[in-house]
Amino acid sequence: MDEKLYKEIVSEENLVYTKTSLLTDKVLSYCPGCGHGTAHRILMEVIDEMGLQKDTIGIAPVGCSVLAYEFMNVDMQQAAHGRAPALATGIKRTWPNKFVFTYQGDGDLAAIGTAETIHACNRGENFLIVFINNGIYGMTGGQMAPTTLPGMKTSTSPYGRDTLLMGFPLKMTELVAELPGTYFVTRQAVHTPANVRKTKKAIRMAVENQVSKKPGLSFIEIVSNCNSGWKMTPTQANQWMVDNMFPYYPLGDIKVDGNKL
Amino acid sequence: MGELKLMKGNEAIAEAAIRAGVDAYFGYPITPQSEVIEYFMAEKPHERTGMVVLQAESEVAAINMVYGAAASGKKAMTSSSSPGISLKMEGISYMAGAELPGVILNVVRGGPGLGTIQPSQADYFQATKGGGHGDYRLIVLAPSSVQEMADFVKLAFDLSFKYRNPVMILSDGVIGQMMEKVELSAPVPRRTEEELIRECPWATTGKPAGRERNIITSLNLDPAKQEQHNIHLQEKYRQIEASEVRFEKFHCDDAEYLIMAYGSSARISQKSVQIARAKGIKAGLLRPITLFPFPKDEVNKLAGQVKGILNVEMNAGQMVEDIRLAVAGKIPVEHHGRMGGMIPSPEEIVTALEKKLIGG
Amino acid sequence: MTEEIIIAGFGGQGVLSMGKILAYSGIMQDQEVSWMPSYGPEMRGGTANVTVILSDERISSPILTRYDTAIILNQQSMDKFEPMVKPGGTLIYDGNGITRHPERKDIKIYRIDAADEAARMGLAKIFNMIVLGGYLKVKPLVSLENVIQGLKKSLPARYHHLIPDNEKALHRGMEIIAEAN
Repeated sequence: MDEKLYKEIVSEENLVYTKTSLLTDKVLSYCPGCGHGTAHRILMEVIDEMGLQKDTIGIAPVGCSVLAYEFMNVDMQQAAHGRAPALATGIKRTWPNKFVFTYQGDGDLAAIGTAETIHACNRGENFLIVFINNGIYGMTGGQMAPTTLPGMKTSTSPYGRDTLLMGFPLKMTELVAELPGTYFVTRQAVHTPANVRKTKKAIRMAVENQVSKKPGLSFIEIVSNCNSGWKMTPTQANQWMVDNMFPYYPLGDIKVDGNKL
Repeated sequence: MGELKLMKGNEAIAEAAIRAGVDAYFGYPITPQSEVIEYFMAEKPHERTGMVVLQAESEVAAINMVYGAAASGKKAMTSSSSPGISLKMEGISYMAGAELPGVILNVVRGGPGLGTIQPSQADYFQATKGGGHGDYRLIVLAPSSVQEMADFVKLAFDLSFKYRNPVMILSDGVIGQMMEKVELSAPVPRRTEEELIRECPWATTGKPAGRERNIITSLNLDPAKQEQHNIHLQEKYRQIEASEVRFEKFHCDDAEYLIMAYGSSARISQKSVQIARAKGIKAGLLRPITLFPFPKDEVNKLAGQVKGILNVEMNAGQMVEDIRLAVAGKIPVEHHGRMGGMIPSPEEIVTALEKKLIGG
Repeated sequence: MTEEIIIAGFGGQGVLSMGKILAYSGIMQDQEVSWMPSYGPEMRGGTANVTVILSDERISSPILTRYDTAIILNQQSMDKFEPMVKPGGTLIYDGNGITRHPERKDIKIYRIDAADEAARMGLAKIFNMIVLGGYLKVKPLVSLENVIQGLKKSLPARYHHLIPDNEKALHRGMEIIAEAN
């Protein structure tokens, strides 16, 4: 690009967007096209906008976001696989005035950590669970997840998920919405600017719920892609997600202010 | 003098925890230690000191709640019995890796598997050699009275914060279930948030503008860094071995034969020493209070004095391996044990001493 | 002084609580005490026993196979514990339900029909206090005053109105215990 034109564009008065200081300068290790980066950003933006950095304690899981603490510029703990809601319980119960969140993938939250997830929700723990559902184990190389769709091919369901042999995809979000302990339950996505705005609004609502000590847990599922695991280009993966994931995992609020919609 | 009460070991440890200013207890019922959580729940510690008590959905969840609270600088503890401790091993390894303080009580019962609910000491290896995955050590305290169940709570938390290392109190069904006179110390308040932040600058308490963010993790994808971390851990364990050995001696000064035992076996063996002495056998008892660090120097020293050592444990012979390492072949070391929840009698220990060491 | 006692009978007879009151009485008297129950799946009707030790010195083993005194409240316990009384020791038993009476000649044997007496008094629940009263008559190692103090300590406050009945039972036990050999 022409140097002069570049300088004209990148100037103070043309500035419409900056990276929040709650993201570190470390280059994201996620695959290009992955939804994690956007999800990280809007979560950190909300914490920044609400001035909560000094009061935030986050939990990173096992999975692709195992290193989330490298990118999120807040105090963080790394949990054993599936145990993030137990850690968050230990923190929030002993630090009731802190803002506590877990950030977990589908294998972490809906397979190995199902008990911790269900029981934290059922006890009405006052923290936020951000649940990234891409229907596959990304970090370990594309194995079947509890949320893998029927017929979907993964390295451990190479002929497609046979529901008679391998069971059905778990709809965790609908499941936890049934529990009296959850206060806000929603399913969102971050593949378009409009969806990013909606998801950010949901995160904002969840954080406000917790800060104002609304009774119960806030649970935000973000349906995401895994172009590497799905073996697609980012564009194809997003389209496949819209065509296949969304019909099974429909977007929208399921429970708001403790009331199912 | 503090308040005198007649309490079970399991109750005494709970009361002592409230009085020691512990911040949180997370547990799950299992015999023979359910009185711990029952006592906590009945006492409403939240009203007394603000202490949090929660019944978790599993032992796995309970230890991970301890992890979460401990990583934020809180004094957190859990308790269980053998099968439940096996479940906690994941979290304990993570705590050791992330260098977190915390106290785990094991009221040991007979195994393996579901085993029995009767007393045992079969978890010595699990407690002292790691238990979970990876090269790590717990500091292991072995109470042999209800008084020590109470006293070791504060000691365990002091050590675990001093070294940023989990501490296990290795008890058993006898010590947990029996009642004795216990002198309870005066209550101390829990640390304030300001005190905690000052004393635990490493803890995840929320990042203020003035400091870098605190990260608690046991993950190092770079093996060179992970090796350095392991070297650091090993140096810490050597320092603990150099500074924290604790033991008690009973009639050792003129002893010709030494019994070694910890926990309830040490109580039974104390009676055996009395019986043996009445028969003219100069027996003494060395009771390790810390099982890690093991009192190997003291054992080695006594090996220069006595003619033989009888190890007494309610297991197939676990501590006896550490004794043999310390004795290094100088004198005979024999083992007498009962397994599966059976408890040795004082008399049978004397018989074992006579048959295995004195020659009868 | 060291007194090593086994109290054994059916679950529900108040075996454990009798031991607990005795242990608390020992504390009131500045003694060292230990109370070690058999624990486990024994429910009401199953066997229950507790080892209580009172001593002027630090107590060594809380678990024993030989006792100074055995207080026996059913046949199974008689069969198990009669042989474990030290020579010269003491055996106290309730004759109710006993089909084989103690036979040893080298120990002192006392009988206290506390179950019948409790029924006569219309106070089945203080059966164990009648037995304890009998024990205290034979082995006055703790004062009655300290036993009452021990009762107060070991009973929750909501049961303190029952203390006069318990006291009555203790006295009755002291009256009815009798030598049996």
